[in-house]
Amino acid sequence: MTEENTAPLKIVVLVKHVPDVQFDRHIDSASLRLDRSESVLSELDEYAVEAAVALVESQGGFAAGHEVIAATMGAKSASNSIKKALQMGASSGVHLNDEALIGSDTVVTSKALAALVEHVGDVDLVVTGMSSTDAETSVVPAQLAERLNFAQLTHALNVDFDGATRELSIRRDHADRTLTLAAALPAVLSVTDQANDPRYPNFKAIMAAKKKSITEVSLADLGLAAQAVGAAGSHITVLNAEARPAREAGTIINDSGQAGIALVDFLAEQKLI
Amino acid sequence: MPSALVFFTELSDAPSKAQRELLTLAASIGEPTVAVASEVPEAAVTQLGAYGVNKLLVAPANESSFLDHSLSALEAAVKESAAQVVVVANDNFSREVAARIAVRVDGSIVTDAIDISADLVVTKDELAGSYSAQAQASGGVLFVTLKPNSIEDTPQAQAVSVSVEELAVSAATAPSVRIMATEEKVASDRPKLTEARVVVAGGRGVNGDFSAVEALADALGGAVGASRAATDAGWISHDAQIGQTGVTVSPQLFISAGISGAIQQKAGMQTSKCIIAINKDVDAPVFEIADFGIVGDLDKVLPQAAEEIRRRQA
Repeated sequence: MTEENTAPLKIVVLVKHVPDVQFDRHIDSASLRLDRSESVLSELDEYAVEAAVALVESQGGFAAGHEVIAATMGAKSASNSIKKALQMGASSGVHLNDEALIGSDTVVTSKALAALVEHVGDVDLVVTGMSSTDAETSVVPAQLAERLNFAQLTHALNVDFDGATRELSIRRDHADRTLTLAAALPAVLSVTDQANDPRYPNFKAIMAAKKKSITEVSLADLGLAAQAVGAAGSHITVLNAEARPAREAGTIINDSGQAGIALVDFLAEQKLI
Repeated sequence: MPSALVFFTELSDAPSKAQRELLTLAASIGEPTVAVASEVPEAAVTQLGAYGVNKLLVAPANESSFLDHSLSALEAAVKESAAQVVVVANDNFSREVAARIAVRVDGSIVTDAIDISADLVVTKDELAGSYSAQAQASGGVLFVTLKPNSIEDTPQAQAVSVSVEELAVSAATAPSVRIMATEEKVASDRPKLTEARVVVAGGRGVNGDFSAVEALADALGGAVGASRAATDAGWISHDAQIGQTGVTVSPQLFISAGISGAIQQKAGMQTSKCIIAINKDVDAPVFEIADFGIVGDLDKVLPQAAEEIRRRQA
């Protein structure tokens, strides 16, 4: 990365508070909503925070006036994900919290997040993870690029920024090829788990994060009507959601020298060969 | 009867298995139109007729920038076909193109679908396949991305003739993303991991050597996969990674070798029809979901199984 004395970068990194994938996750059978009680910062968003903070560090650091604003949309507890991003080095946070947002599909989620980015104002770059680990659609970054009219650089395997030209380039897999793509800012960047190794906040960083501000934002602040978002504003309605029956363990054998043959016998029984 | 549009970025002489599943699904919904964002070979047109496709819209690629042409082609095809439902592949690129056009036309999108009924109720996986959900769109064009291995590939009893039209595509409107370089990946004779009927995957237990995993995959005509531990160790390409942060597979047969089966790994394979696990550790969580488990040394079990398959097929 080239170091140049360019205008400060204003980066928004989008983070999501999601149920911890280490545990069993549940969809409530009455509301058809995901149980979000045991939630954490989505593991894949740590790569986004790291990419944003590393980009700033490569361009003279926060002392040069660059900003990394961790932004989220979600209930009160979602601010914990912003706090984690602040510990990892983001400079401030913005939290869109409004009951009316519950039940938003991706088209509406991208509408609200685009409005949030515009509310932050003069943003050069939006950074996200490759996917959330709950809904796993991975389409919101592309939808944000569409709505904000920013260049779409998504699923980045690595990230390179040229401070002189303010051009971002990434590598991404596409069909049977790996492409190197480049675009001028403003852009939406999503990074894969190959892009970097997220830092682990040390005690100093955790203490420093306590002094950083988190701004609460409502739909009214964004100029969005309650009916335009959430379940009311979304075309998609979930009709039902059922846990698949748990898989049951089948026959387990110890190899006493013939297990490979037994494996093939099993395949033949199941008509798989 | 609703009208369905199938969108492909590319179509070779013979549609891939995942593409044939999309065609089968579209034909079950209504008279399908296919749109392709590049030149279509003559042989492929005949193939489309066999799946009941009566109209093909072709938008030959005309520029080198990334994404723009596919966006414009899909947008034009949606308008031209007046389809109520648009089905595309489940890969990242197709999802993104569909998702952006869903925004452009004020439609909606459902990803990871496994079926669409005639009245456009979409069945999909949630939480890495641990839940199954159904969803419906209340208005606008519905875009759906279909997981491979969800639909039984079935051509129509009666082939139809396909009318081919060139699609008028307007100039790109999205900010330019330039393609600076293209590296072709090493071509493999094995089936594509996400589409394969059989997947043999190796983990930490292969200890750096994937040859036994590959040999069994080849004996079964399957694809090779890996756990994140194996790809992070550099034993095999990251493209092979199955799990929460890699690809999700749902084959007829999944053979797990030397993979413990932690929750993130299970997320990538638990919807497989049949699971066989080989692991040295009797307490490995993978045995809880395996239809058949072998506690043993994969370096002995895999070659013996591969040899036995070849012997029976000889």
